[in-house]
Amino acid sequence: MNLSLERFINQAVSSWMSAEGPDSDIVLSSRIRLARNIKQVNFPTIFSHDEAKRVIDIIKARMEKSTFDTYGDFSLLQMDDLQPLQKRVLMEKHLISPHLAENASHGACLLTENEEVSIMLNEEDHIRIQCLFPGFQLSEALEVANQIDDWLETEIDYAYDEQVGYLTSCPTNVGTGLRASVMMHLPGLVLTHQMNRIIPAINQLGLVVRGIYGEGSEALGNIFQVSNQITLGKSEEDIAEDLKSVVEQLISQERSAREALAKTSNIQLEDRVFRSYGILSNSRIIESKEAARCLSDVRLGIDMDYIQGISKNILNELMVLTQPGFLQQYAGGPLRPFERDIRRASLIRERLKMEDQELGG
Amino acid sequence: MICQECNQRPATLHFTKIMNGEKAEFHLCEKCAQEHGDMFMLNNGSGFSINNLLSGLFNIDTSYANNQAQLNKQTQVVQCEQCSMTFPQFVKVGKFGCAHCYDSFRAQLKPIIKRLHSGNWNHNGKIPTRMGGDIHLKKQIEDLKINLKELITKEEFEKAAETRDAIRELEKEMKNHLEGGE
Repeated sequence: MNLSLERFINQAVSSWMSAEGPDSDIVLSSRIRLARNIKQVNFPTIFSHDEAKRVIDIIKARMEKSTFDTYGDFSLLQMDDLQPLQKRVLMEKHLISPHLAENASHGACLLTENEEVSIMLNEEDHIRIQCLFPGFQLSEALEVANQIDDWLETEIDYAYDEQVGYLTSCPTNVGTGLRASVMMHLPGLVLTHQMNRIIPAINQLGLVVRGIYGEGSEALGNIFQVSNQITLGKSEEDIAEDLKSVVEQLISQERSAREALAKTSNIQLEDRVFRSYGILSNSRIIESKEAARCLSDVRLGIDMDYIQGISKNILNELMVLTQPGFLQQYAGGPLRPFERDIRRASLIRERLKMEDQELGG
Repeated sequence: MICQECNQRPATLHFTKIMNGEKAEFHLCEKCAQEHGDMFMLNNGSGFSINNLLSGLFNIDTSYANNQAQLNKQTQVVQCEQCSMTFPQFVKVGKFGCAHCYDSFRAQLKPIIKRLHSGNWNHNGKIPTRMGGDIHLKKQIEDLKINLKELITKEEFEKAAETRDAIRELEKEMKNHLEGGE
């Protein structure tokens, strides 16, 4: 048993990667983000260092007054105190944004221990409350985000306008300041060439679909993020409900695509799944693109019962752990791209071996 | 043509610069042009950013943006008194300087926000609990007033009278609130 890898994974894995929660065969995670700003303080677009510090002090004072007890204590991480690699790791876990890691003045984040709640400070807005839950749990995440919002608001005056609601530094977030998004694994719809038809249809409903890993429209690992675009005019609950109903449809379409594939191309699909499993368990050099494709295949194979005895969270977990930041943290130092490909291959092999041992013992 | 700076590489950039009424022609290779980046302002920005895209979206009337004279006029007229951001600056950056910008630019902002949010201009979501008391009441009164008008046009006078009383009640409550709150 590779103890160091196990310890590394235990430390690295956030609750949202656990592959638990409703419909977790298709919905990997649900996220709610609320953007808030403090009254009488300029927005981060132009604010001074003193104002940035004031935001942190206001939040600190709020935390000293009383704790938010549902989730235990928050720990405050100031970006200036972190190494670039530590920030990168937080980014790859989707706990902070690239902007906060790299550009924010006095940027900070409040994290709960299970990492389901992360509050970014001095990002594009003064406060960005984020709740990231495993599986399909949008309403649950919204409820917690609302509770945290209420808790902050008991001591903090928000920038708010009767006409247009919560004021945000970018007008695309004004109103509710709410971005609800769901991360979905949709290999069935990709394999049956339906995504190109579905994406424009979803866009027409005021929702956005994009690949979550990889650049541009390319969706590495067949993982897509669906989120609302409009933040003004609808209530928070309606925004979440509208997204939920689209996600429910996507889930049922993905399920029928998988059924159709099993009927029409059973042996081809099984072959594809096991070839990918073979690559992951044997390769010595693997690029992130190929790793993502194979991980998606293996996860599909698990969900469709071609492969037994491998935990479902292998996709969510390894998609994050094989990102450059994590690989370098695991290696304990900087790695060149080629060295990363070697590391990535060995990490995946070792991780799969852990599964075998758990099966045997 | 050979680059006039290094006299080695072929000149690929040709431009005319007018400074203090003096006209000067330049023929440079890419490398020398880049080295003189700040002088020739070729080095301004690293390509196309999301803000460029956004500001494209904000410029509803593109002829307006192209009309420099009008743009200059705007610069003089609309500026946020709180953070001194001007409206053209906002259009360029795509972000406000402070919460007060929403008041300062309200007239120009309405079409932009409506365009971004499928025609919506009214917040229908959460109201902060602590500051929200009056806002809640105000919203309720507004809704009832709309309701009242409808009832009158439908000639449902009995219901209209009830609604009118409800509005009076709420208005009284709000008055008490305001006096008590001060």
